[in-house]
Amino acid sequence: MNEHALFIVFFALVGGALRVSTPFMFVALGECLTEKSGRVNLGLEGTLVLGAMTGYAVSYQSGSPWLGVVAAGCSGSVLGAMHGYICKLPRVNDIAVGIAMMLFGTGVAFFFGKPYIQPSAPQLGSFSLGTWTGNHEIAAALQINPLLIVGIIVALIMAWAFADTKWGLIVRMTGDSAASARAMGVSVDLVRFLCTTIGGFLAGVGGAFLSLYYPGAWNQGLSSGQGLMAVALVIFARWSPIRCVVAALLFGAAGAIGPALQSVGITQGYYFFNAAPYILTLFIMIGSARSKQAVRDVPGELSITK
Amino acid sequence: MAEITQTLPAVTAVQTWGDLSVRIRRSAEYIVIPGLAIAVSGVIFSIFLLALGKSPLDFFDLVERGGFGTAFSIENTLVTSSPLILTALCVALPARIGLVIIGGEGALVLGGFASAAIAIPLVAGQEPVVLTLSVMAATAVVVGGFWIGIVGYLRHARGVNETISSLLMTYIGIAIMNFFVEGALRDLTNPNKPSTKPIGDAYMVGDIPGTEVHWGLVVGVVLAIVLYILLSRTTFGFAVRVSGGNPRAALAQGLPVGKLIVICCAIAGACAGLAGFFEVAAIQGRANASLAAGYGYTGILISFLARHNPVAIIPVAILFGGIVASGSLIERRMGLPDATVLVLQGLTFVVLLISETLYGRFKIFQGTKSTERT
Repeated sequence: MNEHALFIVFFALVGGALRVSTPFMFVALGECLTEKSGRVNLGLEGTLVLGAMTGYAVSYQSGSPWLGVVAAGCSGSVLGAMHGYICKLPRVNDIAVGIAMMLFGTGVAFFFGKPYIQPSAPQLGSFSLGTWTGNHEIAAALQINPLLIVGIIVALIMAWAFADTKWGLIVRMTGDSAASARAMGVSVDLVRFLCTTIGGFLAGVGGAFLSLYYPGAWNQGLSSGQGLMAVALVIFARWSPIRCVVAALLFGAAGAIGPALQSVGITQGYYFFNAAPYILTLFIMIGSARSKQAVRDVPGELSITK
Repeated sequence: MAEITQTLPAVTAVQTWGDLSVRIRRSAEYIVIPGLAIAVSGVIFSIFLLALGKSPLDFFDLVERGGFGTAFSIENTLVTSSPLILTALCVALPARIGLVIIGGEGALVLGGFASAAIAIPLVAGQEPVVLTLSVMAATAVVVGGFWIGIVGYLRHARGVNETISSLLMTYIGIAIMNFFVEGALRDLTNPNKPSTKPIGDAYMVGDIPGTEVHWGLVVGVVLAIVLYILLSRTTFGFAVRVSGGNPRAALAQGLPVGKLIVICCAIAGACAGLAGFFEVAAIQGRANASLAAGYGYTGILISFLARHNPVAIIPVAILFGGIVASGSLIERRMGLPDATVLVLQGLTFVVLLISETLYGRFKIFQGTKSTERT
């Protein structure tokens, strides 16, 4: 591999990280909020798929991709609200409900999404961070979608809210000790319900990015585990919104390895590189599950790390 | 202490009519509530169909005809149920030791692929059929067991959440199969769909005499019964149930919890791997992307409906086998997408989990001696 090829691969990785990371980011932020309140929503994979379908369908029907993004968020919050409501019933396990919501969300998305596999819907626009270089390979690689910026802003707001606001304190308290929250007169179920609903909204928006920008079409194999990986990522990011963004960018780069190598003619092991993000997630989970910092930062009420 | 000595005789004195009645009432709860959940999801699904302007009566009529109506459709249902029993066992066994494993699909795909791959040199060398099939089945069992065994090991040794890791392993497994099927092991004479070389008709697993149902069904049913006995009638099963109920108490008793977890996961993965073997050796004849047909995911629902009881899995798997098998008929006759069955399954799963909250709420199931249960 010569220098020029390395250069292309590098920018393809950076560009890939910027492109591929956005859905991870939204799902991870949504899950981060839900887990901060002390509940796990494994169903965000289903939410992501349903969001992708809804966003695509609404964009196709209305002609406005941004309306699609909002609709995707709403469909996600419906699934989140279902999860949040069911989990407050006694003797119901949030992990199992998550699996059920994953299957339910995917099923509903495939059911209603069938007519939208063929037609092409209006897509979200983008702008480039690389035009100043004058090199159009770089300019093409550094295309940025506004949703990436939105995601980063949401992460900053969440980080600020957790640290400095009353609402953030209530969410953290509910997640760390339901008993103290009750003693303070906070309705634990309500807080968790709202956090799961908002988390679902964010995951739905992440889904709209998949179908409306990159890869930019609706089909049944669209997500293939990205929602699940994002959930795993939250443990790695130790429940910090900022670290969720960083981890999402890292994942985006991992996901871009296959296409990046292919762009310089290395096609061997394409399927292996497709598996790279999953393998990376697994190793990250192995490394982070029992690390000292994770044990320190984990919300006390969470069932996922016990 | 006095209290304990007083209540003990009542607990140990079995076979009186009162105890039997309590036992029956309690078991009835485990049948009635999931049954209710299925009925309620049927009603909600009917409303869903009505809202779409389709007739629910047509739907259930087609499920009845496509899944259970004729001898042919019953055979078709049983063929579909056979992998479902095995993938449901892949969920049930770890569940009894407290693990939620949802990666049966991956073990099925990889087990099926490995058996197809090992068959290539054996078929080329014209080895005896029985030997070839035995080696294929053993490979599927080992690969499937290893695959889910890793998940159990990571759970115990590293504290990695088994639900997430098992599903990740599924995606990795499918990617591994695609890597070989579209690359080194691709059958170049078959341009349509990337597949491994077919094992050939002579090497296929036959049908149970007098039917068109392959032997996988018998293997599934026998395995379910064996695992039931293993769980309920052996010291191993007792140790598993204790570890599942309270891992700390089990450790304090000196039970090798970690070993038990890995063994349970390995047996579970072996079941799913066998399902893959039968899909290859009795249905497809080769390994390709059709192996990932979602049997692993339906198996999760079946195991939860059966409350992770291996014997109860058999009837539930046959019910859902019928629903899955009638899917294409429903698709053709009613103009509904093939995902209709997925919606029904997802809905049933959600309603089933809501119904968990009903346990212990009905006096009729409690009997006189029962106290608060959790």
